[in-house]
Amino acid sequence: MTRLTTEALIIDIPGRASVVPLNLAIEPGQVWGVLGPNGVGKTTLLHTLAGLREPRSGQLLLDGTPLGNIRRKTVSQRMGLVFQDRQDGFPATALETALIGRHPWLSPWQMESGEDLAIAERALEALDVIHLKDRLVNTLSGGERQRVAIATLMTQSPEIWLLDEPTNHLDLQHQTAVMKLLRQQAACDRAVFMCLHDLNLAARWCDQILLLYPDGQACWGPARDMLVTSALESLFGQRLLSAELDGFPVFVPG
Amino acid sequence: MPISSPYKPLLILLLAGFLAALISVSIGSTAIGFEDTLRVITGSGTELQQTLILELRLPRTLSAFATGGLLAVAGALMQVLLRNPLADPYVLGLSGGAAVGALLAMLAGAAGFLVSGSAFAGAMLATLLVFGLAHGSGSWTPSRLLLTGVVVAAGWGAIITLILSMTPASRLPGMLYWLMGDLSHAATPWPGLIILLLVCLMVFPLGRALNVLARGSLQAAALGVSVRPLEWSIYLMASLLTATAVTMAGSVGFVGLVVPHMLRLVLGNDQRLILPACALAGGTLLVLADTLARVVIAPEQLPVGVITALIGVPTFLYLLYRSR
Repeated sequence: MTRLTTEALIIDIPGRASVVPLNLAIEPGQVWGVLGPNGVGKTTLLHTLAGLREPRSGQLLLDGTPLGNIRRKTVSQRMGLVFQDRQDGFPATALETALIGRHPWLSPWQMESGEDLAIAERALEALDVIHLKDRLVNTLSGGERQRVAIATLMTQSPEIWLLDEPTNHLDLQHQTAVMKLLRQQAACDRAVFMCLHDLNLAARWCDQILLLYPDGQACWGPARDMLVTSALESLFGQRLLSAELDGFPVFVPG
Repeated sequence: MPISSPYKPLLILLLAGFLAALISVSIGSTAIGFEDTLRVITGSGTELQQTLILELRLPRTLSAFATGGLLAVAGALMQVLLRNPLADPYVLGLSGGAAVGALLAMLAGAAGFLVSGSAFAGAMLATLLVFGLAHGSGSWTPSRLLLTGVVVAAGWGAIITLILSMTPASRLPGMLYWLMGDLSHAATPWPGLIILLLVCLMVFPLGRALNVLARGSLQAAALGVSVRPLEWSIYLMASLLTATAVTMAGSVGFVGLVVPHMLRLVLGNDQRLILPACALAGGTLLVLADTLARVVIAPEQLPVGVITALIGVPTFLYLLYRSR
């Protein structure tokens, strides 16, 4: 079980002066949703948490150890990230794409074993893309590619899952399936931390919410406390109507 | 594919390389039958045949093999580095730098080793120039590196034209032959072969990291690859390979572009398979091209670069046309 904590973390967004430092504790079993308008720094935050970008100040601790003191390979065994956009410069099949998730677990001289192959195939199956395993990724639809990317993270099988808009391009059925899968992962003592644009998905599936405001303000806490109509209206600059359905709040633009 | 065994295609390519070398040492001004060639290789045969094959033809054949292999591996590495299947060491201006070095040495009246050394220095200078300029003050992106390389290559092209226009006519043929790629001046194949073998051995443990890097530098970093040191070492390795090849044979085009591209179409894009396959296929291709260059208008010789370009241009256009 791994927890990721941030101490007075300020992400580096050019031209932003006053910022509330983030003191987050991303614990096993939690599902976090990050909400905020375009350009507010959601992706930058995810990249910073993954150690791919230096923060402006503050630090990141993985199980109490500063991220910079841990080998890149060890970090990638514990923490993985689904990017918002991907490069497919060279042709590769869905199975080959998922298999690169095993990279952190193999020594340089090791070839992928049958077991690695089985892990990748199980992940493709969980994301309902196993029937596409021999297709070239650049011939798949946006939603199918998105699911292959999530399957790659599942093949990597880290304890902290960072996802940048995982429901992008997905149809309704697969949005729900992916969210269920992420909840299952959290139930297995993994931590899930994702950026979302859909308030209703966040309300239905996340238990912790981080709101990022364009002026650098931020607040976070249990979903119930954060998903308040007035707070969300000022976050997006958009009037909202809300109701409760099946025990979860639902928001529509008013 | 990482799943299937890599040995079968490599064995086939190895066999093809051996056959090409056999054809290459048998054909020439004095044709020697395959049986006699095999006899010479196993240590018998007449003295004349031994001299002809072991001292005259075999070194040239091995030089051709080394040059082709070096260029193809360098091309494959550059393509991964730039995440662009159309990249090639020549596109980045390495051969231009080498050519300017070699031509300046020739203009000064030097020959042999001095020309080779100057070409090597030119290639390494071009490497540092492109890398330094692409680095600049900002971040180092593949598109920026590619653009810097293309522009620097155009600059080298202008300098080459300038040198040629200032050269007395009597020295021009040697220069032109060098520019078109020519194996008749390759002194010894061994440095090239050894470097090729070493790089292939070094690249194998890096292969999977290169596969991950082909998916983009951020994705690679997220999967635990130390991206910047890896990119540096690929670039330096590819530059060293190119410089060695250019020093041996002058500027031989299209091998670095066409060979990796063709192999990827057949074998997929696992670098652990593609890189050794490039070494074998590139070597084989250049051995065959050099054999053609020697026999088409015998006893005159064609520059081998003409043959590779004549084969390479239509092949490449065909592949490009077919791929969308």
